[in-house]
Amino acid sequence: MTDIAVEVRGLTKSYGNVNALAGIDLQIGHGEVFALLGPNGAGKTTTVEILEGYRHRDGGEVAVLGLDPGRQRARLKKHIGIVLQSTGVDRFLTVAETIAMYSGYYPRPRPVDEVIEVVGLTEKRNSRVVKLSGGQQRRLDVAIALCGDPQLLFLDEPTTGFDPSARHEAWDVVRNLATLGKTVLLTTHYMDEAQHLADRVAVIAAGRIVAEGTPATLAGRDTARARVRYRLPGGVVPPADLGEPPDPDGFVEFAPEDLARALHSLTGWAIEHAIALDELQILRPSLEDVYLELTGAATEAVTAPGVRPPAARSPQ
Amino acid sequence: MNAPALTLTQMRYVNKAFWRNPVSAFFTFAFPLMFLVIFTALLGRDTIVVGGREVDLSTYYVAAMVSFSVITATYNNIATSLTFQRDLGVLKRTNGTPLPTGVYLAARVFHALLVSLLLVAITVAFGTVFYDSEVPTGATLARLLAMLMIGAASFCALGFAVTAVIPNADAAAPIVNATILPLLFLSGIFIPIGDNAPDWLTWTARIFPVKPFADGVQAGFLGTAFHWSDALVVGAWGIFGLIMAARYFSWEPRT
Repeated sequence: MTDIAVEVRGLTKSYGNVNALAGIDLQIGHGEVFALLGPNGAGKTTTVEILEGYRHRDGGEVAVLGLDPGRQRARLKKHIGIVLQSTGVDRFLTVAETIAMYSGYYPRPRPVDEVIEVVGLTEKRNSRVVKLSGGQQRRLDVAIALCGDPQLLFLDEPTTGFDPSARHEAWDVVRNLATLGKTVLLTTHYMDEAQHLADRVAVIAAGRIVAEGTPATLAGRDTARARVRYRLPGGVVPPADLGEPPDPDGFVEFAPEDLARALHSLTGWAIEHAIALDELQILRPSLEDVYLELTGAATEAVTAPGVRPPAARSPQ
Repeated sequence: MNAPALTLTQMRYVNKAFWRNPVSAFFTFAFPLMFLVIFTALLGRDTIVVGGREVDLSTYYVAAMVSFSVITATYNNIATSLTFQRDLGVLKRTNGTPLPTGVYLAARVFHALLVSLLLVAITVAFGTVFYDSEVPTGATLARLLAMLMIGAASFCALGFAVTAVIPNADAAAPIVNATILPLLFLSGIFIPIGDNAPDWLTWTARIFPVKPFADGVQAGFLGTAFHWSDALVVGAWGIFGLIMAARYFSWEPRT
């Protein structure tokens, strides 16, 4: 077996005359947690559902664990676990019954209690699904996806609509999966989620991958020039090489070519003039800044006159 | 696990969920028995002429409620529960597992058949103990069982088919009732229809599957003539339902 869990080349899909996917390329290694980031209607779910075998692609090559989800779906199903956007569990069965039922569908299931333990539902094993909280139901979703001991897990927007504590619960579970050596493909539109969980991130907008990298280096955010921001007391003006005259609130912001030298001369100047340098900050573009810039540009490109935005007919 | 064993296991879970859901247990199970008691209490002393024979209405209602319970346990039960499962995403999830779809659907059909059988047995026992209706024997019994099986299978198929026009779970009960209630009335399930019914009514009802099914069941209890053409009409509707279901059944929520 190769090191590649998921390989996608030139994937296209349209709904009617709307191009939902306009040529997607992806490569996910075994054991990697990969996040597909993008706004609603960008094509995240379409991409994932093609990989899962729910939808047929129009063009391109797709190999999931070496299998074609379009033609070898039955074989593929035994090796993947799927967590869909909506939780779909029979409400009148208990947690343990639900896991036992789904385990029965797979050739080599994990032991029921072990699966329940991994998602932290041991105390709820005899509760009916209808009695679980939203976060607990989502953990049950993940548990069901784990029943067959899959090599690859799909998590489609695992925490959308969650309160903060439920989100952290779900994140813990995903991190647990990573330690089990599972390959995880998750979609999300939350930056912090991608940053917390993913080894690698791809940003999808208007049916294309517009950037790919680790959360720390995406779109060159690690090498982007840092900006220095500080506040001066009223009436004080900094030297010319340390920024423009302050704004009405006393803030100065500038992007030095050499950060170390700039800080050195800034602090030197401040000590000399006994200035406290309130609220001194070094700013780099956040993942969110990068994301907004990337998706904003891509969305503008397709909303140009005469072109319909794909969001108008998203399959979600 | 092989397919029959898997179907049996799956049926056990369907059964557990069925009895724990107060709505399905009540409407499928308690309703026909409740109707039997109410109708018989109201009208049970009267008689009606059916197929040239005068019969007690209490006996008439035992046969009618047997038909009614089979229809609710199959058509209503399958259409409503599958729409709920579809909207909850259970169907889509199941479709993403290695469980063969045929096994999943077969488990639901066999469960519906078992519930029907149980209901029929209870209704008949009830009728025998309280209303002195007779339990059919011999060839009559064999024909009755054949009719019940053909009917149950056909109404299951129609239950699958109708989910295609049910947009969401909220619409399930109204649409199921809108399609079945007029036929139940037209076919003499609730209000007895005997030989003196207007022709147009009888013939309209005969086009649809409820009347031929109810007539076939009646033959088992009232000693009226049994027509295999009735079984044919019911079976044809079943095949029509199956074709529609195969073509339009959806594993994913429609909205």
